[in-house]
Amino acid sequence: MITRRPPSRAQIRRERMQAAANFPLDWLEERSGLVGGIRYFLFRKVPSDTNWMQTLGSATLTAFIVQAVTGVILAMYYKPTPEAAYSSIQNITDHVTMGWLVRGMHKWGASVFIILMFLHMGRVFLFGSYKYPRELNWIVGVLLLAMGMLEGFTGYLLPWDQTAYWASVVGINLNGTAPFLGPFLAQFLRGGQEIGADTLTHFYSLHMLVIPGAIGGLIALHLYLIIRLGVTSPPWSKEAAGEVPVDGVPRELRAGLTRAGDGDGRGNGGPA
Amino acid sequence: MDPVEHDQPHLPAPTVGPVGFALGVVVALVGLIINPLWISSIGGAITVIFAFVWAREATAEMRGRHVAVEPEMREAGVGDAPALPATAGEAAMPPPEPGERFPRSKFLEASTLGLGAVIGGVVTVPVAGFAVLPAFLGQKRHSVDLGPITDLTEGQWYVATFQLDPKEGETSRRTAFVRNNGVTTARGKQEPSFTIISNRCAHLGCPVQANGPTGSILGMKTISETTANGPVKLEPVVPAGFGCPCHGGQYDTEGNRTAGPPVRGLDRYDFEINNGRLVLLSEYSVAKVDGSGAQAKIHKYKFAGPGEHVTGVEQILYPLQPPHH
Repeated sequence: MITRRPPSRAQIRRERMQAAANFPLDWLEERSGLVGGIRYFLFRKVPSDTNWMQTLGSATLTAFIVQAVTGVILAMYYKPTPEAAYSSIQNITDHVTMGWLVRGMHKWGASVFIILMFLHMGRVFLFGSYKYPRELNWIVGVLLLAMGMLEGFTGYLLPWDQTAYWASVVGINLNGTAPFLGPFLAQFLRGGQEIGADTLTHFYSLHMLVIPGAIGGLIALHLYLIIRLGVTSPPWSKEAAGEVPVDGVPRELRAGLTRAGDGDGRGNGGPA
Repeated sequence: MDPVEHDQPHLPAPTVGPVGFALGVVVALVGLIINPLWISSIGGAITVIFAFVWAREATAEMRGRHVAVEPEMREAGVGDAPALPATAGEAAMPPPEPGERFPRSKFLEASTLGLGAVIGGVVTVPVAGFAVLPAFLGQKRHSVDLGPITDLTEGQWYVATFQLDPKEGETSRRTAFVRNNGVTTARGKQEPSFTIISNRCAHLGCPVQANGPTGSILGMKTISETTANGPVKLEPVVPAGFGCPCHGGQYDTEGNRTAGPPVRGLDRYDFEINNGRLVLLSEYSVAKVDGSGAQAKIHKYKFAGPGEHVTGVEQILYPLQPPHH
């Protein structure tokens, strides 16, 4: 029989302080379940032999968030008209406090975003992470790649200098050479027969509202599928090949990720 | 984990439906090149038939093929109570309450979805129309006044710079190469002839430049004037041909492609002489030009975008042009 000593005053104080510190989180959790939801999202089980390469997806997401934040700030100073566009960019670069930095982050971050998307895609391909049951996430990823490239294309026109103008002329006409509907696509992108003020506002709206919205939705779907299906092991994984027991369970007793015998078939964090 | 399990396909083996469907699409596409009327129609028919077969196969399970099941029968054994006649016992399912044949919840569900669809349609149609149609409707035709024709020396090329639409200002600045060919009697009466070539490259639309000396090097004056279209500049030039800085397309002085990626010759402007002034009208596309100057035979086509073939097999790829001018 253990006799309980009465708690010391220091102990009581510590418990009270803990309760006070946890109170806002407990309050939130009781009413929304958000704390548990975020824990479920962030503290998932992953295979023990995951690789640094598997951080490329998160890096791409971070690059997108940087683009979104800097883009919103740039939109506060940028004017999408043929008369004012270039001078407003000059104003951002030369006069607005730290404008050069935010514009630089957005400009160079755009390339970083595109490069990271390709590296992430290459990792998924080489690791075979696109295979069953993750084919749908590959498809969503391809759509994200297309949307990212469209962001690059529409953003390039916005400085409205000679490089931007003629690059967009060539880009739009390139779309125009697509069979059958190409000429219509080109005319839609131009907002008319000739490049002009409507083209600039079209591209601005696509660049900062339409495409980022689509990317946001697709990222949500992408993450949902990753959480549902779990992270893959690298192709050289001995663990996934069943050569080392996981949690003391030998290979014969472990079922596949979402096949029969896997319980709920979710496999969040399961080996695969 | 049983390795054998992995070898089993996750889906049923392909059947004749999708294969026939793909074949039909291939035939239709090939037909577009060979004989759009007949072979494409046959391909289309094959596609439709196999699409139907495929859809039947794919939905067979869902449509629930009726399986006949024999009802279970039993001999009445000793000690069993005699079977009740069907009319005697209680009904297995109580008769529906009057007025509950189509439950309220079903009605609300259907009307919510239906109303949602109607609202969605009412909102989407005008918004989509507003987003897409203005680019295609009401495209204005521009005519550009380049000044009196007597300003233009016969046989001399000029780089004409002008604004297509003064309302759009600098953004609508365009360039054309203009040559006064003098008076021709080609059509049975005396009329002035001009060669007016657009500087939009027939590859991807970059600005084509004149390959040759311009302006002061020639010891000639550049003509600057202000017309209804705002400022117009006519700069004398002696071109050996025209060249594009972007991807290296080259043209001769009639706009025929001589090298590089362009798919046809340079576009030209229609023109009219109005009160002795040269007025540019709509553009048209040109496959090639035989001869030169006033005697040129121009193979003229409907105005097409850069990179679009107007002759040969590839012209089939661009059957429709969006409305313009």
